[in-house]
Amino acid sequence: MLSDWGAVFLFFVAAVIFSAGGVVTGFVLAPRRTTAQKVTTYECGVDTIGPTWVQFRTSYFLYALLFLIFDVETIYLYPWAVKFQSLGLFAFIEMIIFLFILIIGLWYAWKEGALEWM
Amino acid sequence: MGENIFVDFTAWLRGLISGLGVPDLFNDIILMIVKLAAIIVFIALNATWLVYMERKICAYIQSRVGPRHHGPVGLLQPVFDVVKLMTKEIVLPKNVDLVVFLLAPVLIVVPPIVAYSVLPFGKDMVAIDMNIGLFFLVAVTSLSTIMFWMAGWASNNKYSLVGGMRVVAQMVSYELPLVLAMLGVVMITGTLNLSEVVNAQKNVWFIFAQPIAFLIYFIAGVAETNRPPFDLVEGESEIIAGPYTEYAGMGFAMFYGLAEFANMMVISAMCTVMFLGGWLAPFGLTFIPSWVWFFLKMYLVIFIFMWVRWTFPRIRVDQLMGFGWKVLVPLSLANIFITGTGMYIYRAIGW
Repeated sequence: MLSDWGAVFLFFVAAVIFSAGGVVTGFVLAPRRTTAQKVTTYECGVDTIGPTWVQFRTSYFLYALLFLIFDVETIYLYPWAVKFQSLGLFAFIEMIIFLFILIIGLWYAWKEGALEWM
Repeated sequence: MGENIFVDFTAWLRGLISGLGVPDLFNDIILMIVKLAAIIVFIALNATWLVYMERKICAYIQSRVGPRHHGPVGLLQPVFDVVKLMTKEIVLPKNVDLVVFLLAPVLIVVPPIVAYSVLPFGKDMVAIDMNIGLFFLVAVTSLSTIMFWMAGWASNNKYSLVGGMRVVAQMVSYELPLVLAMLGVVMITGTLNLSEVVNAQKNVWFIFAQPIAFLIYFIAGVAETNRPPFDLVEGESEIIAGPYTEYAGMGFAMFYGLAEFANMMVISAMCTVMFLGGWLAPFGLTFIPSWVWFFLKMYLVIFIFMWVRWTFPRIRVDQLMGFGWKVLVPLSLANIFITGTGMYIYRAIGW
């Protein structure tokens, strides 16, 4: 028997083949006449100034940190939600406490201005 | 009538192949490849004609007629579009990180296709009946963030970089409400298997049991697919085309034509499965096959997506992040709490 994850693997391989096929078709069918102007970086016709790969603003980093915290929380919440009906009141109250701690975290981030776009 | 044609076809094919003396494992693999090909064709055809649908709806909302020259009411327009995109030169700008630049459009189509493997198209019509289907789907669809970022970074273009940064910030922020909204449904059904989620909606669709979750899911879904009013990622008047500014020809087609609409299809199919009763027929209209119902509901959701797109103006980036973190995340956490408490009250009453 083919296991679920074997089938998932097949899907991944086929999807890559399909999309790679699409791009390769483009390379095969389309003409390639490269000129010096054509391959310059497109920035509305103005020559690009300075390097692109520079350090970026930190607000993005703060959102990433917050996301990490809440994403891990979600991973814990899913198994709990599946077993919610059979676990009883105790698990529900425990989860409320867990959520409460996270909400305090969100409130703290909010208070410190991490959610403001500066 | 037509209800079982796909299921019967699969059974017939399985019988035919095992009649040739092929071992079970290879039989499974061959059948899976057939299902896989069907799904890829389904996605490719739908995505191309969704471009047409989008243009047509946009046109009617703006009091125009839209494409109408190729075929009846312009129905062959997507064919010409595909041919045109295939024969357009793929420009490789000189400063790009070539490997990542070429890998991004190839990999961007993978998540939606893999996501479709666990979605039930109809009664007993699911490629992989996985017991953690919902979780798998969420995990796979969130992968597309990386591909957008790859494109934005590798292009070595300032517009692309800003677009890529915005993609990551936006998709990461709206991932949370999307996933937390689904939790309410999971709490009621107690399963992550999508077929069982559909079956649990026999009596009442979850759009009525979980209206807040549906709204959160819908708004976050629009943001996850980077569509207006949340299209800061590719805001034409601000950053040209965001991460795919430097792409041309098939590279661009993969991003814009295929990936965007395939992602939208996954989000709307997911919405159908979670909140609109999946392939279940409403009002007892069971003479129409289940897969037709799935298709109709999916297209209804897609239509609303497009309607939203051409009705609302784009919002600002601070409004976007503020709305996600200050409104949707607390609201979805409250929804989980209300659902849990509500279920205990229902049980206490004895429903």
